[in-house]
Amino acid sequence: MNVGKQYRLGSPQRSYLTLRESLSSLASAPFRWLARENSSSHETFWALQEVNFEVNPGEVVGIIGRNGAGKSTLLKLLSRITEPTTGRIELYGRIGSLLEVGTGFHPELSGRENIYLNGAILGMARSELARKFDEIVAFAELEKFIDTPVKHYSSGMYVRLAFAVAAHLEPEILIVDEVLAVGDLRFQRKCLDKMENVSQQGRTVLFVSHNMAAVTRLCQRAILLEEGRVVLDDTAAQVVSAYLGNAARKSCAVREWEDVSRAPGDDVVRLRAVRVRTEAGEVKDAVDIRKPVILEIEYDVLVPGKRLSPVMSCINEEGTCVFSSAGISPQFMDTQDLHFVGRCLSTCFIPGNLLAEGAFTVTVSVNSILDGNTAHAVEPDAVRFQVVDSLDGSSARGLYGGPMAGVMRPLLTWTSKPIRTGSDSLDLHTNDGSARQ
Amino acid sequence: MNTVINSEKLPPRHAPQLPDEPLFVVEARKSGVGLNLKELWTHRELLYFLVWRDVKIRYKQTLLGAAWALLQPLLTMLVFTFIFSKVAKIDSNGIPYPIFAYAGLVPWTFFANAITTSGNSIVGSSHLITKVYFPRPIIPIASVCAGLVDLAVAFPMLVVLMFYYHIGITVTALFLIPLVLLTTLLAIAVGMWISAINVKYRDVKFAMPFVVQIWMYLSPVAYPASVIPARWRILYSLNPLVGIIDSYRTALFGGAFDWKELAISLAVTFTFLAYAAQRFRKMEKGFADII
Repeated sequence: MNVGKQYRLGSPQRSYLTLRESLSSLASAPFRWLARENSSSHETFWALQEVNFEVNPGEVVGIIGRNGAGKSTLLKLLSRITEPTTGRIELYGRIGSLLEVGTGFHPELSGRENIYLNGAILGMARSELARKFDEIVAFAELEKFIDTPVKHYSSGMYVRLAFAVAAHLEPEILIVDEVLAVGDLRFQRKCLDKMENVSQQGRTVLFVSHNMAAVTRLCQRAILLEEGRVVLDDTAAQVVSAYLGNAARKSCAVREWEDVSRAPGDDVVRLRAVRVRTEAGEVKDAVDIRKPVILEIEYDVLVPGKRLSPVMSCINEEGTCVFSSAGISPQFMDTQDLHFVGRCLSTCFIPGNLLAEGAFTVTVSVNSILDGNTAHAVEPDAVRFQVVDSLDGSSARGLYGGPMAGVMRPLLTWTSKPIRTGSDSLDLHTNDGSARQ
Repeated sequence: MNTVINSEKLPPRHAPQLPDEPLFVVEARKSGVGLNLKELWTHRELLYFLVWRDVKIRYKQTLLGAAWALLQPLLTMLVFTFIFSKVAKIDSNGIPYPIFAYAGLVPWTFFANAITTSGNSIVGSSHLITKVYFPRPIIPIASVCAGLVDLAVAFPMLVVLMFYYHIGITVTALFLIPLVLLTTLLAIAVGMWISAINVKYRDVKFAMPFVVQIWMYLSPVAYPASVIPARWRILYSLNPLVGIIDSYRTALFGGAFDWKELAISLAVTFTFLAYAAQRFRKMEKGFADII
């Protein structure tokens, strides 16, 4: 495929025209024409331009990019909702998209009726639906409520039913948009498993997500869109790390507040700077997984006599707080001068071989801990950095290149040695077998 | 093919044989062609489900339910009988005025409701249009077809009235079947055309009630077509409903069909259907972007 999609700027805001406006624009058309000659570049905008790629059957391809990079437009083109301005897409199979979860659900109809209606809208035949009906209901875990109008459903039930129908669509090409952002964790898990199943059956999956961990896990290949163009088309791991590299660079590993009056904080403490440094002292947003990360918090103490403690939390891409830490250790307390007023620099040392790969955002605050626990200066999302694994074999993953679970990745000590058991193990086996009979 | 081959980078786990021809090609359509009947046919089950949904939904949370389908023409008949028969003393060609009016009101109510609901159908289905692909004409067509159920509910009353006025039903009543079909096609044509315009110009919503009202007075619903002076007859019968509603009455109450009028109706209906389909096809490209 090779497509472009052009939108005329201005028309998205004005959602529809009235006849009068159209007539008047017709009247002024000759003059507009002259005007447009010079300003045509301002009036149109390409949501997608020269997007050109081919996906083979059975491939699972992640499509990633910042908001507004053209992902949604691409999906709309692929699912034939809009037409491209230029170029063409050739689809060698039925397309089903999970961006349309719950499309056409009618609140007054029961779950059962909606399954049929939604299924028909998604392109399933009635016989196919009848065959899969029980499976769909079981997947949605809604056996008891299947004859209740969906307007009485909780939002979770609604989404489960909607996803269950869509997940049982068996297109040759499956498009999955951010649907996994809904539902509880257990149901998300179930959906991801279902997707893996789909691709193992030799179907093609296009997966659009902001969840980089899911993209790396599910996709072999990924395409990075930026401003409507394909900027990278490579293995998922490569593309994800390139994307995160960009994202991190733009949001910076350093934040400084020049103007004290605008700095986060109150009459007691004002934050002045937050930095992420490498061991070598470089301010850098990408840190080797094996190397420590040094977080610096610079703040002004405006009032003496407070027992102040800097606090930081490290949050991963999925929004999980991986850990938080504060200057409350006895060692830190000893270094503090309670009567000090002025600029202070607190440093937090995060050891290497602790965090998993991926991007982290750091929330920083300075609290006083003697009189209750008051946060004086808080800055959520103060800095970002990413942990990268060079995959040379000396990190926790060793020579294994595949996905690894967990929010942390400590390099733990493993040992193994042969031990003598005589013929025990064999005996156990036979014992087990006979016991079962 | 205008493609870049990336296959050497990552061999797929499975590589089933591709069909020689792509199943679908997505590209900018050149010119408006008529209705893609083949595509509509493959989506007939969706049409069925949309009709079924509309029928199921229509009278939810109403006290009288489907009785409305009967009450609408019946109440209008009572009003018409009072105004046109008692006050204005319109001559209904020897047929008792109430049943004369009812026989015209049944197809008219169906038609008026059909074009109103289908005219709003595309705008009302924006959540579908922006989310999933299927042949768009299905939406206004389904709206029209859902009205057929109301028509079926209103018809038995006609039989009751005929029984009451001692009018025998003859074989010519079978003509109602092609007539209903023709009315449906006309409603589809008008509804489809309006629904597409409505996406871009919301003026339609406000204009619709007037258009429907004026159209009714331009059709032989409350009065027989014979009251129109002969020299205006041809012009008058360019309104396809003239031939259609007249023929409904002929089929029910006997008499000679006005074949010339009916032929005009047929020609106008199909011409307009072709035009509406072509316009719809042209406008539907922009639906998802401007709705």
